Amino acid sequence: MSGEFKIKAVNLTRKFDRRTIFENVNFEINSGSAIAITGKNGSGKSTLIKIISNLLSQSSGSIDLYENNNKVKRENIFRYIGFVSPYLNLYDEFSGFENLKLISNIRGEGHNNIDLVLQKVGLYQRRNDLLKIYSSGMKQRLKIAFAILHNPQILLMDEPTSNLDHDGVSIVDNITDEYKINKIVIIATNDEHERSLCSSDINLNDSSNQKINGE
Amino acid sequence: MFKQAWAICKKDLNSEIRTRYAVNSLLMFIIVVISVIRFSLGEEKITSEMNAGLLWIIIFFSTSNGLSRVFVSEEERGTSLVLKLTACSQSVILGKLIFNTILTFIINFLIIFLYIIITGLEIKNTGLFSLIVTLGNLGLSSVLTIIAALISKANSKATLYPVLAFPLLLPLLLAAISATTLTIDGAPFGSISGEVQMIVSFTIVVVTASFLLFEFVWND
Repeated sequence: MSGEFKIKAVNLTRKFDRRTIFENVNFEINSGSAIAITGKNGSGKSTLIKIISNLLSQSSGSIDLYENNNKVKRENIFRYIGFVSPYLNLYDEFSGFENLKLISNIRGEGHNNIDLVLQKVGLYQRRNDLLKIYSSGMKQRLKIAFAILHNPQILLMDEPTSNLDHDGVSIVDNITDEYKINKIVIIATNDEHERSLCSSDINLNDSSNQKINGE
Repeated sequence: MFKQAWAICKKDLNSEIRTRYAVNSLLMFIIVVISVIRFSLGEEKITSEMNAGLLWIIIFFSTSNGLSRVFVSEEERGTSLVLKLTACSQSVILGKLIFNTILTFIINFLIIFLYIIITGLEIKNTGLFSLIVTLGNLGLSSVLTIIAALISKANSKATLYPVLAFPLLLPLLLAAISATTLTIDGAPFGSISGEVQMIVSFTIVVVTASFLLFEFVWND
């Protein structure tokens, strides 16, 4: 899983019942780029990020992931994706370390990476505390650890710095800088700092939508 | 897929050991129901048909009380996304099915053990009785697992679960009650082969359908 990756969306439209959230969104993002998805509240930033990660399906249009120009099956996309989001929760009854361990077990991977990732997000000292006593900032850090645990090719982050202190924001900055060198980073945000980490935008309120070429 | 499924099952087992979401409520339910039956029967002797019926009524309501937790708790706590991002849908349904089957066996062992102690039920063909209970458990857990997945995103989960489960489980329950009655009376395998075929076929159909349909239920 170390080739060139590309995400290509053509005329992507999502409706909930009769309400159109966004329509005819087009973009192409290549490895080595960081893109911000922006737009007003309710413009569909989180919806779009869910569609990219295959957690939600589009109403019409197409979105595909390519590895070395070969299309990746939709049901396998989760293997390539790291995902941070406010509506994703980890297991409260387990410790931070146990959460990452059981996730590694489900993915069929070893546990070598866990300590390293916990150190990266600054949770190593608190790794054995149960999640239910973690603060919201610590939970956010653990979500970031969950997202990067398997060293994914595509890192999708929905408001990644929410609840984070200054050190936590630096962790997001460092991870984004590291990933955007040869992987794909997509951040759904309206926060100026988070936008500054990205080289270009997909603005869901821009009706002239959207031709992004991640470079 | 099996390795992933087993990891999901182990996660659920560890979670259940720590939180006791299902076990505590199930234990109370089983004890209360069996005690009520004992008090209402008094010293009266009941027929094997009634014993079999009562046993499967307790089993049905106990399992429909506890098995929905596998998917409902994931949805309620917002952890289902973790599974969607780490495992394929086939592994998830298999893992949940294995967990529910283990839980059903534990529940039913307790129910039968307590029922025999409290009512003094005598089973004349223990081997075949165990076979029927085992096959019935597999059928129950397979139906209740896929229904749990179906209702986990609904609003009135507690109402929907038994309402959806009952019509689907009716053929299985009728066959299981009939075969259980015969095994309590000591009937040989030949007398219950029809029911065994029915339960096995039912379970195979449900498991196959579950694997084919689960992806549509699991992904929006």
